[in-house]
Amino acid sequence: MSLRNYLDKIRPDFEPEGKLHAFRSLYEGFESFLYVPNATTKCGTNIRDAFDSKRMMIMVVIALCPALLFGMYNVGYQHFIAAGLATDFWPVFGFGFLAVLPRLIVSYVVGLAIEFTVAQWKHEEIQEGYLVSGFIIPLIVPATCPLWILAIAVASSVIFAKEIFGGTGMNFPNVALITRALTFFPNPSAISGDGVWVVDHAICGLGASIDGYTQATTLGTASTAIAAPAFDWNMVWGLVPGSVGETSVIAIALGALLLLYTGIASWKTMLSVFVGGGLVAYLFNVAGPDNAMAAMPWYEHFVVGGFCFGAVFMATDPVTSARTETGKFIYGLLIGAMAITIRVMNPGYPEGMMLAILLMNCFAPLIDYCVVQANVNKRAKRVNK
Amino acid sequence: MANKNNEVLKQPLWINNPVVVQILGICSALAVTAKLEPAIVMGLSVTIIVALSNVIISLLRNTIPNRIRIIVQLVVVAALVTIVSEILKAFAYDVSVQLSVYIGLIITNCILMGRLEAFAMQNKPWDSFLDGIGNGLGYAAILVIVAIVRELLGNGTLLGFKIIPQWCYEHGYMNNGLMLMPPMALILVGCVIWVHRSKNKDLQEK
Repeated sequence: MSLRNYLDKIRPDFEPEGKLHAFRSLYEGFESFLYVPNATTKCGTNIRDAFDSKRMMIMVVIALCPALLFGMYNVGYQHFIAAGLATDFWPVFGFGFLAVLPRLIVSYVVGLAIEFTVAQWKHEEIQEGYLVSGFIIPLIVPATCPLWILAIAVASSVIFAKEIFGGTGMNFPNVALITRALTFFPNPSAISGDGVWVVDHAICGLGASIDGYTQATTLGTASTAIAAPAFDWNMVWGLVPGSVGETSVIAIALGALLLLYTGIASWKTMLSVFVGGGLVAYLFNVAGPDNAMAAMPWYEHFVVGGFCFGAVFMATDPVTSARTETGKFIYGLLIGAMAITIRVMNPGYPEGMMLAILLMNCFAPLIDYCVVQANVNKRAKRVNK
Repeated sequence: MANKNNEVLKQPLWINNPVVVQILGICSALAVTAKLEPAIVMGLSVTIIVALSNVIISLLRNTIPNRIRIIVQLVVVAALVTIVSEILKAFAYDVSVQLSVYIGLIITNCILMGRLEAFAMQNKPWDSFLDGIGNGLGYAAILVIVAIVRELLGNGTLLGFKIIPQWCYEHGYMNNGLMLMPPMALILVGCVIWVHRSKNKDLQEK
């Protein structure tokens, strides 16, 4: 309880007249992060679910942990294999940990600094939304992504995709995906191509320098080669080059189970992304254009690139996805279908998941509107009969 | 009277800027601002054309039949645009190639028709001239602000001279390719509007 006492002791400094009142939002943020706030409503009777947005966010972060931990191991594994070193567990994991950690720190420091500043400036409480976005961002970029590019992308996306719309819960596009888009479009060579997926230098004495090493992802190969790489169980385990958190289907599946069990992510959205993607991929298999991506078996489309990660953690974002139950099916189906279509039809941009989800983010309110109107019309007809 | 003239000239530069307040002439602001040089030339061309067509229409304003005034305005503007376009082709060929159709499209620029209809048809030639200069420069100012940011961050240059030193590139700095794409111009104009609205609180929509 000494921490509780300490917080109570320093509280007066952060009150409006206190000497540190410029950091009031910081204090409140940390207090409510550490302890359940004991503020009660002042009027009327309110019943609140104990499952508040803070607990929800923490659950998503826990669900993301397998993907992060495995991603760290894989970053080390890819490097050690490329450098021709023995792949003992601890050096490999340590290397990956040291490679990914700076990106996690940059993502949180930049994003939270902006959140805290805006909260202080608007005299609001700090909102929890960035806890998840900040955790997802390092998982969807390559482990070599330059830190300054990441920092600029995080700053612009938190400001332009979130704060100007009113903060957590008000944003229409997914903040983490906008960050990825803002890393990709300004500097395509820093986040895509053959040279970015494997760390090419030693970190703190671990690993070795391998200048000029190139290794394409499965999607990268499939978009340029004549034949796509054959299905391989390593794509399911995740021991293939790719963005940090997206490679392992198993680790993502663990997270998906937790999200579905706790009811945070909608099974409707998740399932329909896979159904939509599978259907379109199958159509391309049967009657597609004559290229490697179209010929790639439909089940292989699921395990390469960011399809799984997007379907589980991005498409199901409760803020940016469709809210009506029927709308979730339509929304998910269209994401899956668009993602595979972009992969196959646009060889210049092999990973369609990011664009598909961002595009459908824009259409989610329209889908909801149509579903609600359809229901209104149906009921109106029933009354008029 | 001098005071009023002053107002007519200065209002459109900031308080009543045609681009960020009246949201006119956005298309060309998006199209020609990837580099600073065409943006300056475009801004000056529009300034000259608005000023001169304002004067001409103001001189003719009592003789133009009301029903065909748009056609008369268009003829005047088209003639001036053609002259400017030919001059550019003769003396600044490279820039006119970069600006391509956008010089010709000044004819359809909303700022021109807006000023002719709203100001030149009711006011004396000298006032109209100042109004045209003010609006043209207000338009040019926004173009230049957007173009400076886009060229500096997108190419590392200003007017073609290298501004960002070579050692930055050697230490991993990269030009921001997104800046050269049209959407970024829209976002930057949005940022200018943001700054403008926060300075002029009475313009904020409720």
